[in-house]
Amino acid sequence: MAAWYKTGLIASKYSVSGKGLSIVEKAVKLIPACEEDKELLSRLEAEAGTNVNLCYQCGKCSAGCPAAFAMDYPPRQVIRLLQLDMVEQALKAESIWICASCETCSARCPRGVDIASLMDTLRREALRRGQITDKKVAAFNQAFLQGVKLFGRTYEAGLLLQHNLKTMQPFKDAQYGLPMMKRGKISVLPTRIKNRDQVQKIFAKTQQLGGE
Amino acid sequence: MKLAYYPGCSLEGSGMEYGMSTERTAEVLGIELIELDDWNCCGATSGHSTDKLLSLALPARNLAIAEEAGLPMLAPCAACYSRHRVTEHTVKHDEKMRQTIAQIIDRDIQGTTETLSILDVLANHIGVDKIAEKVTRPLLGMKAVCYYGCLLVRPVEYTGFDDPEDPQTMDRVVKALGAEALDWAHKTECCGASLVTSRPEVGNRMLYEILRNAKEVGAECIVTACPLCGMNLDMRQGAVEKEFNTKFDLPVYYVTELVALAAGESRKAVGIDRHFVEAGRYLDEVAKRAEKIKAELEAKAQAKAESQKADGEKVDPEARQKKIDAMIKAFEKNPDKMAKRLIDDEERAAVLLEIISEDSKKAARLAELMVDNSEKASKAADAFVTAELKKRDK
Repeated sequence: MAAWYKTGLIASKYSVSGKGLSIVEKAVKLIPACEEDKELLSRLEAEAGTNVNLCYQCGKCSAGCPAAFAMDYPPRQVIRLLQLDMVEQALKAESIWICASCETCSARCPRGVDIASLMDTLRREALRRGQITDKKVAAFNQAFLQGVKLFGRTYEAGLLLQHNLKTMQPFKDAQYGLPMMKRGKISVLPTRIKNRDQVQKIFAKTQQLGGE
Repeated sequence: MKLAYYPGCSLEGSGMEYGMSTERTAEVLGIELIELDDWNCCGATSGHSTDKLLSLALPARNLAIAEEAGLPMLAPCAACYSRHRVTEHTVKHDEKMRQTIAQIIDRDIQGTTETLSILDVLANHIGVDKIAEKVTRPLLGMKAVCYYGCLLVRPVEYTGFDDPEDPQTMDRVVKALGAEALDWAHKTECCGASLVTSRPEVGNRMLYEILRNAKEVGAECIVTACPLCGMNLDMRQGAVEKEFNTKFDLPVYYVTELVALAAGESRKAVGIDRHFVEAGRYLDEVAKRAEKIKAELEAKAQAKAESQKADGEKVDPEARQKKIDAMIKAFEKNPDKMAKRLIDDEERAAVLLEIISEDSKKAARLAELMVDNSEKASKAADAFVTAELKKRDK
């Protein structure tokens, strides 16, 4: 992909919200897409099972996205970044962590681009690289899976506690703890399945295979 | 109907009233639920956000157990339902992946079982007519919006039992219970899922939009079929009200709670006392309205029956017969006058006079019609004359 494409995109972005740096200063920092970028994109597309070049930028995904209001790049722009081989930028977008996986974008895309699956794939790639723009969401996922790995089931009390500790918000949602307990909705102790070893093996084997 | 039952973690914890009411609903409708042996967590969104293989392997273990049992599997939780459907689809359509998964879970998996959502079971497998038959306490006067959320209807390639934009299954069930299911715009919007925990400033706004739209269309409660949607809308409604400085006061019910309640189950048995937004008061109000509406309907039916009876009295057959007899006599005594009353045209009236003088049966018929409806009598007389004239022409 030609470099001027990238320049154009970044220029338009910074002309609105840029502070300090001029458009030109920002633009000259860009380099053309290299072979690695292209390979990376192909791999991500294969994992997501979709093709970003199908997208004709109509914006239906962004219009319907219930979380777009909180995103730095709405879904259409994330796809545009990928079309321009700007995978690094897409991976750094906060959007991929704000996406709630509601699938509205994929359901409505007139070109059949599976945007939700791409968001998922980008999240996983960012995790693999340890490039996590939103640590809160990643910490939640990690705490969630930790419980599953240990007990075979979600451990809701442990999940909230661990999430709070990891994100340094010890009293977050503490107001719900007692009412939940009163209603019998949260137990202090985890529920364990009999064959926890089978689940632990699943975790070990998927890790061995390096995910996908 | 016999189903393997996958409650999922939420139905035993934060969404336990959904679990309790699902079991009550199944019993009421004669569905046998057999809990899947030693089931594990599906990994939910955290799973597929972290590792694709893991997100397929965790549900695959459950599916393999269900396959051994040889039963379709009910997964009331929308996230569990979605993860198992995706895995099922992958196993069926990607042989290489099927083999990898089988190796990871160390079990055979063929994709022969089908995961069902509660809405699919209620609306399509059991059917709303059968549900309506079980209703002993109709929810007449309840104004509800049905909230489907995301994963019950999307992606449609994996779910497919309802429309992804304007689903109807829950609406049909709720209507079968006697309640009103209002149309609204946020049926399939996302509640924010785990964002309300990890990023509440984003999640709460998403909840706010849903609650606001429900209120705008005049709903007095929300009905859902997902434990995460249920918990978010119920438990966090107070926080959203505070943040956006407004008051919603919208109780949030699981569709199974309403089915079981309408079929006569107790509130305690379905977990109404475990809600955060007080949910019993509105049910009291609905019960009162239902009584009133029922009384009104009965009064209307009675009034209708009485008015029909009164109509019947007006047309007393004996009195009618007397009138007819008197009319026949009038025809015999003054046939010319009767003919002129029936037909204006003099020539045609003369023909009619001949007819009724000769044919007493036709005269009697006209006499009867004149008692019941003089207009019809005139038409019949005219027809007699036309027929007679045709006969003469020949």
